[in-house]
Amino acid sequence: MTNKEQRVLDTLEQNRRRPPKFTASRIDMSHGAGGKATHKLIEGLLLPALENPALAPLSDAALIPFGDAHIALTTDSYVVRPLRFPGGSIGELAVNGTVNDLAVFGARPLALSAALIVEEGLETEILSREVEAMAAAAARAGVPIATGDTKVVERGKGDGLYVITTGVGVADPELNLSSASVCPGDKILCSGTLGDHGAAILIARGDLELEAEVLSDTRPLTPLVQALKRSAGSDLRFMRDPTRGGVGTVLNELARDSGYGVALWEEKLPIRDVVNGACEILGIDPLYVANEGKLLAVVAPGAADAALEALWSVEGGEDAQIIGEVREEPARMVIMHTGFGGTRMIDMLVGDPLPRIC
Amino acid sequence: MKYVSEFRDAELARAVSAEIASVTDPERHYKVMEVCGGHTHTIYRHGIKDLLPDQIELVHGPGCPVCVLPMGRVDEGISIAERPEVIFTCFGDMMRVPGSKGNLLEVKAEGADIRMVYSPLDALRIARENPDREVVFYAIGFETTAPSTALTLQRAKKEGLENFSVFCNHVTIVPPVRALLDSPDLRLDGFVGPGHVSTVIGCRPYEFMSEDYGKPCVVAGFEPLDLLQSVLMLMRQIGAGRCEVENQYSRIVPWEGNLAALKSMAEVFELRPYFEWRGLGFIAQSALKLSPAYADFDAELRFSVPGVRVADPKACQCGEVLKGVLKPHECKVFGTACTPERPLGALMVSSEGACAAYYNFGRKSFEKVEIGSKV
Repeated sequence: MTNKEQRVLDTLEQNRRRPPKFTASRIDMSHGAGGKATHKLIEGLLLPALENPALAPLSDAALIPFGDAHIALTTDSYVVRPLRFPGGSIGELAVNGTVNDLAVFGARPLALSAALIVEEGLETEILSREVEAMAAAAARAGVPIATGDTKVVERGKGDGLYVITTGVGVADPELNLSSASVCPGDKILCSGTLGDHGAAILIARGDLELEAEVLSDTRPLTPLVQALKRSAGSDLRFMRDPTRGGVGTVLNELARDSGYGVALWEEKLPIRDVVNGACEILGIDPLYVANEGKLLAVVAPGAADAALEALWSVEGGEDAQIIGEVREEPARMVIMHTGFGGTRMIDMLVGDPLPRIC
Repeated sequence: MKYVSEFRDAELARAVSAEIASVTDPERHYKVMEVCGGHTHTIYRHGIKDLLPDQIELVHGPGCPVCVLPMGRVDEGISIAERPEVIFTCFGDMMRVPGSKGNLLEVKAEGADIRMVYSPLDALRIARENPDREVVFYAIGFETTAPSTALTLQRAKKEGLENFSVFCNHVTIVPPVRALLDSPDLRLDGFVGPGHVSTVIGCRPYEFMSEDYGKPCVVAGFEPLDLLQSVLMLMRQIGAGRCEVENQYSRIVPWEGNLAALKSMAEVFELRPYFEWRGLGFIAQSALKLSPAYADFDAELRFSVPGVRVADPKACQCGEVLKGVLKPHECKVFGTACTPERPLGALMVSSEGACAAYYNFGRKSFEKVEIGSKV
């Protein structure tokens, strides 16, 4: 690399660190895709207006001090189409997604709220099926749906059903999970195969005429989190569920927030052949495809092997792998050693690879 | 994955890489152009540069159909898409290509009915399902995608679909390569020839490169081992003083091409007298339009399009990058005014564009990275 090239890259890095400005005159679909445009919307428009200490870390769940404890609070809206897909449905997804946002912050879920936005004309049978799916998922995660709201909108103003869930939990005082706890040398664990949910939705939509059996991985992550906590204790530094935007996005956020570099080994990434095949045909990188039942954990090197074995012993963690590590350099960047023997960087996603997946 | 993983084998890669190093003259600098954007993407995605000796420089060529589309053609597409009676269909890559006043994604947010399709046949289905709307397909691509547009039009004609038309932006691969070879500011030692285009046109059309210009060409596949092997074949030719068209991708590419596809294309299309290429200017007989027999399906005739030539933004140096004169990072606006989120030039839009590939995959401080480090 020449000096000139290095200078260009350094300038580019400086620009990346500046707070983004939101300049679009209208919202387009890329603003909802979880990549760079979404970040710009959040950091350039929402954050400046709402600025406060609890919101500032921009995490999926906020930790709010309450007496000696910390309350964890999270909310998510679900607009997936189709409502039912192989391996799950919107109701199940809405409960698991919110439970998982609490779980990966080390919080024990206490209760959920659920708001339903129903389109005029929706068959009662479908609504009833989804409410039952919510009830079953809540029972499985051991958390009650304690309150809720119902609205009906005119025909054509909603895709059958939107669900918004909010979750409240208590943070585990023994865990200190934060990007600031992450150190060079720490290992990155992934609890199972990547991209299953996004690929399942894409195939279920039928636009592609691909015939392949891929099931969404929607499930509560609480048992996996418990296993990690038991085996690694305070060596467990950081967790996230790589939903919209996938592993590539979560690791870029980690690199940015920790100030360290992240390196992945391509050959260690657990990806099903059929998901890889579908992504290959569509020109999509599975690293950016959504998961709804997987977690990424950063664990101190000495505890990594035990943590991996702990994940293997839990249902939903059988395919877990150590997929990479935290390094001093290249700072604030994610790189991947390719299976072919080269190296490339992994940036945050630009644009919209998959529409309406959660 | 069958037929893919075999071509991504790291051990074989190391062997080919060592072989390339052994036939490379350490005193010499080699400039090799990969014509096709798909190859550019593979090179960055798999980190192939790390497996080549420093003396071999890969120059990214003009073979990305989205990247070479001039801004005026994007504006014309948008002017059709904005018509209230139109359902406008296109491939996903087109959505963020900048026109002079915005892109299709923004026009969609303003209310235009724009739908992303994966095949022109999807557009045909939309036309059948919406008989009271005009359905337009924005056709782009080299000879790779032109046959599927041709087959779609043949089917539309057979079905007598009156509400379907095609805005044709198909281009051909040989004229721009000839223009590059005629360009005085470019010195290349050889070409990695496009694979998918060649499945249709075969290898014979490249013979002028070796015969008239004395440049070797190896038609290559798209897996990383295909590319490495093609570079090896080129280096062997150069080393031995040979200059031929060779076919590395013979498992897919027949020497004579696909005669059925060529026949469909000949029926549906004819050559335009000239066409504007972004960065390369007007090139004679370098693009396709619908033949008189298919004029009824020609969106350019059905809707009045402005037909205005729009100059590229002044700061944009896509042309120099396309010709391989500048590397992406040497462009004045690379990474500052022009990024994948807000592309000024088309090379930053498509995942096959040289600038986007470099921005998304290539930026890294090489000295600081342990190459090929293992768990």
